[in-house]
Amino acid sequence: MKQRDFEAGHEAGWLELEAALRTDGGRVADLPARYRQVCQQLAVATERQYTRDLLERLNRLVMAAHQRIYRRRPLQKSAWVGYVLAGFPRAVRAQARAVWLATALFLLPALVLGLGCYLDDSLVYTLLPPEQVATFESMYDPAGRTPGRERGAESDLYMFGFYIKNNIGIAFRTFAAGLLFGIGSIFFLVFNGVYIGAVAGHLTRIGFGSTFYPFVIGHGAFELTAIALSGAAGLCLGQALIDPGGRTRTAALRRAAASAMQIMYGTFLMLVIAAFLEAFWSSGQSLPAGLKLATGATLWALVLGYLAFAGRGEGRSEP
Amino acid sequence: MLDTSYTVETPEGIDLQAQAAGPVPRILAYAVDLFYRTLIVVALWVGLMLAGLNTAGWGLWLVGSFLLEWFYPVVFEVLRNGQTPGKQAFGLAVVNANLTPVSWSASLLRNLLRFADFLPFAYGIGLVSMTLSGQFRRLGDMAADTVVIYRAAQGARTSLPELPACVPPRGLDAEDQRAIISLTERHRDLSEARQQELAGLLEPVTGKTGANALQFLRGIGLWLLGAR
Repeated sequence: MKQRDFEAGHEAGWLELEAALRTDGGRVADLPARYRQVCQQLAVATERQYTRDLLERLNRLVMAAHQRIYRRRPLQKSAWVGYVLAGFPRAVRAQARAVWLATALFLLPALVLGLGCYLDDSLVYTLLPPEQVATFESMYDPAGRTPGRERGAESDLYMFGFYIKNNIGIAFRTFAAGLLFGIGSIFFLVFNGVYIGAVAGHLTRIGFGSTFYPFVIGHGAFELTAIALSGAAGLCLGQALIDPGGRTRTAALRRAAASAMQIMYGTFLMLVIAAFLEAFWSSGQSLPAGLKLATGATLWALVLGYLAFAGRGEGRSEP
Repeated sequence: MLDTSYTVETPEGIDLQAQAAGPVPRILAYAVDLFYRTLIVVALWVGLMLAGLNTAGWGLWLVGSFLLEWFYPVVFEVLRNGQTPGKQAFGLAVVNANLTPVSWSASLLRNLLRFADFLPFAYGIGLVSMTLSGQFRRLGDMAADTVVIYRAAQGARTSLPELPACVPPRGLDAEDQRAIISLTERHRDLSEARQQELAGLLEPVTGKTGANALQFLRGIGLWLLGAR
């Protein structure tokens, strides 16, 4: 069959399909059948070595129909509920080794430097610039009017924005940097451990613990855990690159990234909760320190319990 | 071999062809997106300040700039067929490696890992990775299994010369036929003199020169395409 006859025979159908696919989101009647039809026509045209123009046009048409057919399903609400109730803690437990390692990388420097700064009053100044130390001191000075930060309701909202941008940004970077064979995640984990440990140790040493701990304990349950988890997700990526097992590095990375993302969604949620708590609860001044400590301890127990036990036992249907 | 074409076989047994997009158009698209993002951030700031929200306004602005920084590409890529405004301006699109539309999880992953590609500065690692990988993939693309391709705009149909068709001589094999058809199809793309020169190469066979030779070949081309 000559190309001209072939084109004449199918032109009307192609034009119609092209027009239908151009409208965004509309339903195309009989799409699968018509898609298979164009596929067949493309195959025939290729086999008969018709001209480049026609082949490109058909390829374009097939591609557009292919994109339409395989388009994403809308997110399902039940999937999210399932994820929060069971999927997230399961994903964390599935990477238990990376989670423990990340926790250690974060906690050990924090403990060592915390103890160091508690025992030696000059150590903190080798780690942080003196102005920053002074800022921390004034923020948690029990003699000051406002433990935490000086603010009213307006600045609560400001701090919320700040925590969102800053803390979630740190978590995302800690995760992404894991792609550098895990080194980036290790750096961020250790760095944050050192920083937090030094500040906590120093403030305890100078006797500001009574304002510092009630302030940080509540949101810390979510924030510190989330930082460790995002580091663990990053370590998963690094592990896949260093030791891909029987796969190619790309394939191993793809698998690791999929499970790491399961951790990152939850980490994101935890950090949003942490920002809320830190901005609107931790800074509240009317509450007694004892109540804040008790609430904070409860939150820690809840978060750790959730990660350790939620989603155990029930049907192991993977999301 | 510098070949950017990228082929995927679909379940229907068809080889889909796409062209992978290299660093230069992607950097330009990124610059356009960066411009839009900056514009939105500034507009948001002006709006909040005009609304008289000082401290609280800064809080909202920080949330807004956080969302733009991390999720601007994700939202556009998933909801607008793989195209951020910048990518659209340069005819690019992100798709899954099997050329299906990019999913939420893949888009999120490739954009979270953008930070690693950005290191040590100005997308250094991303550029190296793009150069070394087959289809110009940065690390985020590899982990999320996505590619950035050209989304070809619908080209104008080629017009054919209006001439009487000539009966082709016997013995033209498939390759000769294709060459003559391509010459006929491209009658608008090449200069007349160059086309006559090309047609003149066949003088020993056709016995014609100049405009005559070209007209003869075009006539044959039309015949081969089905004109009578």
